[in-house]
Amino acid sequence: MSAGAKRVEQLDRVVIRFAGDSGDGMQLTGDRFTSETAQLGNDISTLPNFPAEIRAPAGTLPGVSSFQVHFADYDILTPGDAPNVLVAMNPAALKANLADLPSGADIIVNTDEFTKRNLAKVGYAVSPLEDGSLAGFAVHPVALTSMTVGALAELGVAKKDGERAKNMFALGLLSWMYSRPFESTLRFLETKFAKRPDLVAANKAAFQAGWNFGETTESFTVRYEVKPAKMKPGTYRNITGNQALALGLVAASVRSKLPLFLGAYPITPASDILHELSKHKKFGITTVQAEDEIAAIGAAVGASYGGALGVTTTSGPGVALKGETISLAIALELPLVIVDVQRAGPSTGMPTKTEQADLNMALFGRHGEAPLAVIAPKSPSDCFHAAIEAARIALKYRTPVILLSDNYVANGSEPWLLPSADELPDISVEFTTEPNGEDGRFLPYLRDPETLARPWAIPGTAGLEHRIGGLEKADKTGDISYDPANHEFMVRTRAQRIETIEVPDVEVEDADENARVLVLGWGSTYGPIGAACRALRQRGLPIAQAHLRHLSPLPPNLGEVLAAYEKVVIPEMNLGQLAHVIRARFLVDAVPFNQVSGLPFTAATLENMLEDVVKNG
Amino acid sequence: MASSTIPLTPVKLTAKDFKSDQEVRWCPGCGDYAILAAVQGFMPELGIPRENIVFVSGIGCSSRFPYYMNTYGMHSIHGRAPAIATGLSVSRPDLSVWVVTGDGDALSIGGNHLIHALRRNVNLKILLFNNRIYGLTKGQYSPTSELGKITKSTPAGSADSPFNPISLALGAEATFVARTIDSDRKHLQSVLRAAAEHEGSAFVEIYQNCNIFNDGAFELIKDSTTREDHLIRLEQDQPITFGAEQQFSVTHPAGSFGLKVEEGGEALVHDATVDDPAYAFALSRLSGSDLGTTPIGVFRNVRRPSYDELITKQLVDAKAQADGTPEQMLDGLLGKADTWTIL
Repeated sequence: MSAGAKRVEQLDRVVIRFAGDSGDGMQLTGDRFTSETAQLGNDISTLPNFPAEIRAPAGTLPGVSSFQVHFADYDILTPGDAPNVLVAMNPAALKANLADLPSGADIIVNTDEFTKRNLAKVGYAVSPLEDGSLAGFAVHPVALTSMTVGALAELGVAKKDGERAKNMFALGLLSWMYSRPFESTLRFLETKFAKRPDLVAANKAAFQAGWNFGETTESFTVRYEVKPAKMKPGTYRNITGNQALALGLVAASVRSKLPLFLGAYPITPASDILHELSKHKKFGITTVQAEDEIAAIGAAVGASYGGALGVTTTSGPGVALKGETISLAIALELPLVIVDVQRAGPSTGMPTKTEQADLNMALFGRHGEAPLAVIAPKSPSDCFHAAIEAARIALKYRTPVILLSDNYVANGSEPWLLPSADELPDISVEFTTEPNGEDGRFLPYLRDPETLARPWAIPGTAGLEHRIGGLEKADKTGDISYDPANHEFMVRTRAQRIETIEVPDVEVEDADENARVLVLGWGSTYGPIGAACRALRQRGLPIAQAHLRHLSPLPPNLGEVLAAYEKVVIPEMNLGQLAHVIRARFLVDAVPFNQVSGLPFTAATLENMLEDVVKNG
Repeated sequence: MASSTIPLTPVKLTAKDFKSDQEVRWCPGCGDYAILAAVQGFMPELGIPRENIVFVSGIGCSSRFPYYMNTYGMHSIHGRAPAIATGLSVSRPDLSVWVVTGDGDALSIGGNHLIHALRRNVNLKILLFNNRIYGLTKGQYSPTSELGKITKSTPAGSADSPFNPISLALGAEATFVARTIDSDRKHLQSVLRAAAEHEGSAFVEIYQNCNIFNDGAFELIKDSTTREDHLIRLEQDQPITFGAEQQFSVTHPAGSFGLKVEEGGEALVHDATVDDPAYAFALSRLSGSDLGTTPIGVFRNVRRPSYDELITKQLVDAKAQADGTPEQMLDGLLGKADTWTIL
């Protein structure tokens, strides 16, 4: 596979979207292209988009699955607003994605699938390849399927198996087009089909055929290069938010020296965390797939009572079911991490689409006065550190912590500079092993004066036998109490305990230090907000950005930060839940900017909105 | 306790050691007092240190039980005790974990957790105090109340068919299933002993009198003038007969799926270790709401690996593959991907 003699053009960034039927292997193709791109040293951000149905009827619009990858020679924050290149494996993929393309975009279509029948399935009376409707784009018709089958026929590969390898042909073509190193893909194929040498050969041959096609055909006259980005020295891997979150929980177990116990019930988009953690028993991790969401958190509470790091992972509907048990954990004052990978609601909503609409539920969604800590990761790799931080707070302050991820960070990916395990924070805590009261009595609710945490005395500790429960407890002794003054005291103390949690100040990015407008975000909107702010600054429009990781308690300097700007804008993928909190808490006339389409903000949307605020107040 | 994973105490404990400093607050005359005394009296036999025993309960009158036991304990939320106890038991094989629950707690709001704990065969001893009424909420019908029962919430009579808890547990393929009565201390303790010796889930239904809202519910099998003709005591390897003169036999008529009570006839010999739960199920069907012919004792007692054993084995096997300190293994895990290095 030598480099061709074609013209080579330098680009600083490219966004490619691979789209096809959900059986076409587009996620795998995107994933491989991403890995090749990572090897080259570009900065990357990716976003998959797949239907909730496992196999929607072939060739239909609901069955379209896509994977978008944005790569650049500088550091980037989002998977890109609009693709420069669309690979459409069938008419449905073209139709479903066309509206997102800017004029002039390259479209590579698999012409073999543009049959009368397939066109009719998505409502095309005439093929868009022939009616001139794609005139504004650079269309590259490629007979992907038949060329793959043709290339593999020499190897004696059956037509059906040959057709299945068409995604590797597409990958080979794109890899050629963007001058990607392909060794990692060949290695991957050897491992994936280790037991089927015939499939290794077939897929490699399909990849090579795609590469060679690019080199020889006249439909592609230009080849592109995107130089490596300047990134901090170190070893990187590409990682999705769900993977990073799972590894962060493993790290939390290692750095707390506690066995991790995960109670979980399968739910999109959180199940990947259960899958990942169930592979790491070597670390002493127990995973229980419970009979329901309530049992999942119940088991985690039981394990936590026994001295494990108890965790439950779910999405919004699961958190709703777990509410009563979260309240129990608040009353018991036991460590517990609840991961909510948010998806579009209410009810079943859109399970594979993103939203940030569980913030209210996380902060307030329980009976009684039931405060807890809430934190949210800002990007896929940040999920790793957010998971450790959630465990740190849970263990140190003996409280449930809700970690609010969402579908956008969970399934998106980016390069991650690998940390060294030894340098991760030590989050270990001590169990109580000696009586803490007079006459050798043990007082399970006698608090640490600084953290207000109660002792964690686990079963098996002689002399500290005690009973805890959901009934209101007397201060110090933990005995059942209906005393009015005691209840008032305990309610206020539980609230104060959360406010006591040490969280870092929120940092403000205000490059020119003359901004009048502050944009405040939380969680996964960090990327698009950051990209919009950069774009505005490049155009000479000053803007400040602050991003919240800690939503309960809020950073101590937040009031001061908010007061320093004339205008505060809060973009959220909900109807203004953080804005509501900020307005109530700080009496700041914050302006909400909301989108609840199931899709992340594009940087352009935010740039336009913020430009208007900066210019017109 | 049969489990080799739970430590034994060198000190001889007494019933008093298991009494907590909390004032017991059930209604005077409640059957729970008798059960508490029987459990406290039986606990020293286990030879397990108090700190390695945990009582977990849900919500209801019976669920106050852990407060009165001087062991570790958790009074949790309605119906969830089996789930919470599962997490505790699986992660701490060195503990003897007991669940105390009632007919509403275990069979209504917590029905799902009960059947799944039993199917998994988690190493829990589950004591279900069945008084056929909601006591703590002051007298509504429960999932074991008789059809047609008049209560505060069913003034025209309940239209719900009741659960037979023994049949339900057997349907979930519980490995140990027994029934006993609050007022028969000796029988209660013998059943507890067998339950404690069982490795895996042990389900014990205890008929318990609520003297406030459902007084006398089990009088037919408690009153010395009637019980002999209605109460069937199951004894391992003994013919199943009852009656003042042992004149009644439990028989298996040829060609029938079920069992029958006959005067005379060839009595079946009881064997709780029969692997097929159909036999124990047939036994459980002898009693209905009317308590006409009610077996007590151990219905089923078979051995299959507990959930705890299987999970522990997976962990032990995986940990044997450990190669280095946890931090070294973590570094290995984080880098287990296509990586690239920027100089």
